[in-house]
Amino acid sequence: MMDIGFLKTLSEARGVSGNEGEVRDHLARTLRGVVDELITDTIGNLIAVRRGTGESPLRVMVAAHMDEVGLMITAADANGYLRFQPVGGIDARVLPAKRVLVGKDAVPGIIGVKPVHLTEPSERRNVLKVDQLYIDIGAKSKDEALGIAPLGEFATFDTPFQYLQGASIEGDEPRGRISGKCFDDRAGCFILHNLLQKQYPFDLYGVFTVQEEVGLRGARVAAFGIDPDLAFVLEGTVCDDSPKEDDVSPTTTLGLGAAISIADASVIADRRLVDLLIETATEEGIPYQIKQPMVGGTDAGAIHLQREGIPSVPVAVPSRYLHSPESVIDLLDLQHTIRLVGAALERLPAVWGSRGGVA
Amino acid sequence: MKDTLRKLCEAYGPSGNEGQVRDLIRSEIEGLADSVRVDALGNLIAVKGSGGHRVMLAAHMDEIGVIITHIDENGFLRFAPVGGVWTLGLSGRRVAFADGTIGAIGLEKLDDRDRVPAMAKFYIDIGASKKDEVHLKVGDMAVMTRPFVTNGGRWIGKAMDNRAGCAVLIETMRRLKAPKHEVAFVFTTQEEVGLRGATTSAFGLDPEIAVAVDVTGTGDTPKAAPMAVSLGEGAAIKVRDGGMLAHLGVKDLLVQRAEENGIAYQLEVLEGGTTDGRAIQTSRAGVPTGVVSVPTRYIHSPSEMIDERDAEACASLLVVLLENDITL
Repeated sequence: MMDIGFLKTLSEARGVSGNEGEVRDHLARTLRGVVDELITDTIGNLIAVRRGTGESPLRVMVAAHMDEVGLMITAADANGYLRFQPVGGIDARVLPAKRVLVGKDAVPGIIGVKPVHLTEPSERRNVLKVDQLYIDIGAKSKDEALGIAPLGEFATFDTPFQYLQGASIEGDEPRGRISGKCFDDRAGCFILHNLLQKQYPFDLYGVFTVQEEVGLRGARVAAFGIDPDLAFVLEGTVCDDSPKEDDVSPTTTLGLGAAISIADASVIADRRLVDLLIETATEEGIPYQIKQPMVGGTDAGAIHLQREGIPSVPVAVPSRYLHSPESVIDLLDLQHTIRLVGAALERLPAVWGSRGGVA
Repeated sequence: MKDTLRKLCEAYGPSGNEGQVRDLIRSEIEGLADSVRVDALGNLIAVKGSGGHRVMLAAHMDEIGVIITHIDENGFLRFAPVGGVWTLGLSGRRVAFADGTIGAIGLEKLDDRDRVPAMAKFYIDIGASKKDEVHLKVGDMAVMTRPFVTNGGRWIGKAMDNRAGCAVLIETMRRLKAPKHEVAFVFTTQEEVGLRGATTSAFGLDPEIAVAVDVTGTGDTPKAAPMAVSLGEGAAIKVRDGGMLAHLGVKDLLVQRAEENGIAYQLEVLEGGTTDGRAIQTSRAGVPTGVVSVPTRYIHSPSEMIDERDAEACASLLVVLLENDITL
């Protein structure tokens, strides 16, 4: 049974890369007493260790990143407007006229935009560059603005979580779709949080990583420190199933199940783990899809290169409008991904034992 | 070396799918090493000799290729590059999948014939007339296919990058009678997508000195970009490339051994591109690393051309390096 209230909490929590404290606190608070060890490492990763039954000597890492794309304050002008730069990959087209929350105190702000009355037709055809945009927090002077939002302060999109039409989580059967902020990768955090409620035959290292959006930085050090035998990486991934004229790949499609990566720009997934996921899905009747290859990158890109190499595979929940203020996921995809990874973990000791090492 | 290289060049092995090449190399080096193992990322590691220094030699097994990203209703396959695939010249090429299926690369109608079209305009046609007839899956990889041919001492084939390097390493193992060092011959994976196999194998082996063996460009063709490397002029000893500055001690030692033994060599300064050497050099606390290159024309095309004498010189150079003391 999924606690969607907790997904709402995670989605509305604010944690731009390098400022993941609020997300980490929610996770740590709810995992205390559930897992055997809870460690925050030097870079800020939250490592939740769930000791196994002792049947398998494997060390298994499952990672999901806590950080989200957002903004960082870089200057204020004489009239109290805040200038900013994006943190992580943000398309400048999605920024104008959006609500943001600035700093730890969540000061409300608006990314200002010139009214239509004052724009020339040619201006309306151009995309405003980030350098041309500013946040209006209602301050009237530079000192007032910087007093509230000093340089280096972060800002997030202000996006409430909501159920879209027909969505419900009555009984054990979730239905429909939800929208909210940064299901990339709070959906992954939510799945990992669910997986940690169970004990497995091996020690499970659940790692909630930091700074994925700025270069897979937290995962790199976590994987080096833990030195696992293999890793699964949970993501909210690109979904591009909007209507198209051409017969081209939708990258992933909402509602078709967990998205398994064979290769993306950061990693060629370990084929044995890909096969384990596909076999598990097929035999357990769990819907899955193969993500369009070579699109995007994940923490697996950093993890698989640590030490002598760590076989890794990304598994994701399709998420529309990634890296914009809004994202949309299907509750069934979420449930299917939890079931798929959970079942694959159960099967892992037998499969990895017989296929250990590349033949 | 020719017969070995012919087999290696014609084998299938895009990044992450080096199994067929690995099996081939494993059979070629049978009995030549003290131990052979495969690590977590698929690198084949053959160790020979003891004492002296821990030396790592690396040549990558993988080749560039394409990966299926979408299968349309009419059975045409769209693809993305795996490694540095040049769009120019894709049209009409043949590709081979792991199971031997051959496909022809087709191109949509062009609006402008004077511009190189985007990769998205190309597709693979395996002769299917609808999606249901395609037995391949999204995520399957293919390589360019072309037979290995010889024109005298000039050898032409696909995947000389870097089966030529693999063949040099195998030839070195064959000729190496009395290594003075503990030598790890590493046939690496996933070089073309970011030096990935070399990254992890170098960490695992923790070598004291390393030499990567790979191909390099030449400047000896009509209106080529200036480069002082020519086919047939000998083993290329790298000074620098787009990703690394070779360790001066290793470079100088290679030059010294070549001169002492009358092995033809040329110094290499490559402006773009890099090799496994870059990843090995920055592993752990740093590894003194050099690169020995086989000069190659038309790199990343299906008709990569090398000169037999250069490949032989590379192997000769490595043998004398390993059979003598190493002092940097």
